[in-house]
Amino acid sequence: MIPAAFEYHRPADMADVIALLEEHGDDARVMAGGHSLIPMMKLRMAEIPHLIDLQDVAGLKGITVADGRVTLGAMVTQHELIQHQGLADAAPILREAALVIADPQVRYMGTVGGNVANGDPGNDMPGLMQCLDAEFTLVGPDGERTVSARDFCEAAYMTEREDEEVLTAISFDAPAGGYAYEKQKRKIGDYATAAAAVILQKDGGTCTAASIAMTNLSDVPVWSEAAGEALTGTTVDAAAVSAAVQAVLDDIDPVEDNRGPVAFKRHVAGIILTRAIQRAWDRA
Amino acid sequence: MNDMTPDRDDRSANLKGMGCSRKRVEDVRFTQGKGNYVDDVKLPGMLHGDFVRSPYAHARIKSINTEAAMALDGVVAVLTAEDLAPLNLHWMPTLAGDKQMVLADGKVLFQGQEVAFVVARDRYVAADAVELVEVDYEELPVLVDPFEALQSDVVLREDLEPGADGAHGPRKHHNHIFLWEAGDEATTNQVLENAEVVAEETMYYHRTHPCPLETCGSVASMDKVNGKLTLWGTFQAPHVVRTVASLLSGIEEHNIRVISPDIGGGFGNKVGVYPGYVCSIVASIVTGKPVKWIEDRMENLMSTAFARDYWMTGRISATKEGKITGLHCHVTADHGAFDACADPTKYPAGFMNICTGSYDIPVAYLGVDGVYTNKAPGGVSYRCSFRVTEAVYFIERMIEVLAIELNMDAAELRRINFIKKEQFPYKAALGWEYDSGDYHTAWDKALKTVEYDALRREQAERIEAFKRGETRKLMGIGLSFFTEIVGAGPVKNCDILGMGMFDSCEIRIHPTGSAIARLGTISQGQGHATTFAQILASETGIPADSITIEEGDTDTAPYGLGTYGSRSTPVAGAATALAGRKIRAKAQMIAAYLLEVHDDDVEFDVDRFVVKGAPERFKTMKEIAYAAYNQAIPGVEPGLEAVSYYDPPNMTYPFGAYVCVMDIDVDTGVPEIRRFYALDDCGTRINPMIIEGQVHGGLTEALAVALGQEIAYDDLGNVKTGTLMDFFLPTAWETPNYETDHTVTPSPHHPIGAKGVGESPHVGGVPCFSNAVQDAFRAFGLRHTHMPHDHWRIWKTANDLGLHG
Repeated sequence: MIPAAFEYHRPADMADVIALLEEHGDDARVMAGGHSLIPMMKLRMAEIPHLIDLQDVAGLKGITVADGRVTLGAMVTQHELIQHQGLADAAPILREAALVIADPQVRYMGTVGGNVANGDPGNDMPGLMQCLDAEFTLVGPDGERTVSARDFCEAAYMTEREDEEVLTAISFDAPAGGYAYEKQKRKIGDYATAAAAVILQKDGGTCTAASIAMTNLSDVPVWSEAAGEALTGTTVDAAAVSAAVQAVLDDIDPVEDNRGPVAFKRHVAGIILTRAIQRAWDRA
Repeated sequence: MNDMTPDRDDRSANLKGMGCSRKRVEDVRFTQGKGNYVDDVKLPGMLHGDFVRSPYAHARIKSINTEAAMALDGVVAVLTAEDLAPLNLHWMPTLAGDKQMVLADGKVLFQGQEVAFVVARDRYVAADAVELVEVDYEELPVLVDPFEALQSDVVLREDLEPGADGAHGPRKHHNHIFLWEAGDEATTNQVLENAEVVAEETMYYHRTHPCPLETCGSVASMDKVNGKLTLWGTFQAPHVVRTVASLLSGIEEHNIRVISPDIGGGFGNKVGVYPGYVCSIVASIVTGKPVKWIEDRMENLMSTAFARDYWMTGRISATKEGKITGLHCHVTADHGAFDACADPTKYPAGFMNICTGSYDIPVAYLGVDGVYTNKAPGGVSYRCSFRVTEAVYFIERMIEVLAIELNMDAAELRRINFIKKEQFPYKAALGWEYDSGDYHTAWDKALKTVEYDALRREQAERIEAFKRGETRKLMGIGLSFFTEIVGAGPVKNCDILGMGMFDSCEIRIHPTGSAIARLGTISQGQGHATTFAQILASETGIPADSITIEEGDTDTAPYGLGTYGSRSTPVAGAATALAGRKIRAKAQMIAAYLLEVHDDDVEFDVDRFVVKGAPERFKTMKEIAYAAYNQAIPGVEPGLEAVSYYDPPNMTYPFGAYVCVMDIDVDTGVPEIRRFYALDDCGTRINPMIIEGQVHGGLTEALAVALGQEIAYDDLGNVKTGTLMDFFLPTAWETPNYETDHTVTPSPHHPIGAKGVGESPHVGGVPCFSNAVQDAFRAFGLRHTHMPHDHWRIWKTANDLGLHG
């Protein structure tokens, strides 16, 4: 658990960050909260000759809620997500999800930007951001661009972000309707055995829109369009929920690990999703 | 001439003696970050060691190339077995009569085995150099299943002479270590054959690990000028380490000083002698500099001593009414690559022969086959006396299985078979003599407190509701009644490497009436500095707050066998009480002289000696201590000191009654502990608050083991649970509320009647949690399912029973 030697950089603005990334290319990585990267370095599974700490970079902090649009700076910590009253009013699902991420000590350090940018299929925020249809702002040598959360993840630890780019912000429309983030894990600090993010809109007794994303059940988060469609236009009765579960089961591809075999994970995925839908529907 | 005499109760309270919930004196430094652990030892010029470890579970080593590592700036040495061989230190004896490689000698036998030891000026350089050591391995077939190992042609231990006896008798196969037997097999089999009812079950008690918060480590400092070696380390038995170090190195024992500083938890993990200790010593001798070795968490989980890994098959017989008539137990014990179990020499399976439990079983047999596999060596007593968790789990599961066979309530079955109060001292079928107990009283109190009958009614209603589809949660009621066997032990049958398992206390009373006492034990969090001072306070009349307790420095503390197996209070606690009584005896003579009466005319009263019949005439212990040093007393030596070495006449037998109420989500496999009630009887209670803390800690480690904590291997011998992501270490979040309770049945042979408590909750807790899970499914036909009961295994149980529709 001793990392190899590395150079530590602590730039104060994004231009310097980009310059360092351009200079060192594949040998450099930016660090937000460090709670994924540093363990990987200590295990020598990641050798990073140039570590660029983002904590002094201006403009990466802060939560804004304006005109129904939520913007999160990449360096906002999970703890700050939990504490922010305006965010809890505008998008309570974030607070619900952040509360089941890791443990309080990790949440003081771990950031929302790091959580999505790392591309770890075990992380909770990428799936949640797909459910919210969020956009990620990436800044690189050629300026700024946005990528949809639903297009961001390519494979485990592989994302749309180029090596010289930094994910600086996340934004999404404050969701309407009912919500739920449901997660089964073995213990505090664990990744999900299965997790589901669900947002439902209700008009009268009918579901008018549904967004469903699953976490840690494939090598990328799974936003299941078919599952959402299975609920839309229904009264979210047992048959509709069952159809949504079936749609998700068609989209996920879990692998066996110490949490259990595939059959168990698929079964639990269905149960967790069912519970998330029910809670979201009750809140809608 | 004396001050106004305070009220007797006030004087007694002022002592903070036995029975007082005195706050732990250690916590002042621990809660302020002022503890002094082995990694806090920093010496001038100190070098750092790190291991090259085997990635393979079984492989031949064709070559080791250290050139590139040696070429790295800051590397001082790279030691291999070849370097240690001339000193005859490439192998070392184990506590179990086997030997173990210090550094891989021609082959490796488990993943994580120590292959080379890099010594560098800096901890980071040492880690870099480890990566540069080139080892050429040739993979060999891997054996991770003990049953397969006993059939296989693959020879794991090529160093052992084929066909020759092992340390514990004949070996029936090249991967077999020993067969250890107790009891009468022929009669047992006869009883079983003719029994009205027989229940049989095989259960696997999975491999796990004690996983103390502080990992293992050492700092060795060889002073070549005066020839003295000082060794700081995470040692649960520092005096034994000194003797072993002397025997191994040839350095005379008076030239070795072993210091166990503060220890951040042991739970058995720090009883063994590990290659890291030996390598740090050798490296210090070779370099003439202090050398530190501290293992990381993954190394700790992967290579230092594991616990359990027992396959246990039981057959239990009874009358139709439920009176048990016989018990047969066979164990296949996976000991890993070397037999490095930490047990008293004559007990290669520890005290597994306590497996008749708390029950009056007329005849029994136990056979244990030890087996070599390609797993890490160890086999320590993880928060229990030697193999007692295995024994208690076995019998408490067999009782449940028998209850199913008899279609009987498991609480009632226990009650019918408990050893009765009037049967103590009770000679068990497998040889032990239980000192004292009152099981029926404890059991009745437990069942009454939890309202057992109401719980069973609620459970029956729940089952019906489940069948009607109104709930997906089942309710389990876990029961366990355990008897521990602790306080090893009588020198006549308990020794470690030939050293009798006595313990010791040495007391010096200072002239002003305060004191220092030193013991042969070593606290790893048990609070010895608090509780031993309380024993002395009650015995000598000196307030506990005026008594310093020291342990762990072999240059100052008297020889003792250390702290594990709940032996500190039963053995060193007895030595402490007896040393205190020696102080009191001399104090009585001094008091009589000062009061100008005959010795027999004064009597001890809390903190003073008073003239019988004239309580206004007295001398306080403070006055007596002063006189002991400053007044010439005819016929009495100056000073007030005492030493006691205590060889216990018997073990002590704490017991307890536990009940767990659990709700299980059949669809997710998630268990939720609704209630946990723990009644412990540890005899005389020295510090109720520390007892409660011990019970909470032991139960939490029991919860861990029962519900998920394991060291798992794949077929190639790779450790699958090498980090705390997968190795379950519960936090406050996973820990339920515990209700504690007690009865008091003192040990008749212990000077203060105390029995020890630190490990009882673990021993009784594991079967209680496990029984709760299994009881939830009893109505649906479950007989037994193996631990650990993590989510997917509970889910699988439900699935196999067809509960997912």
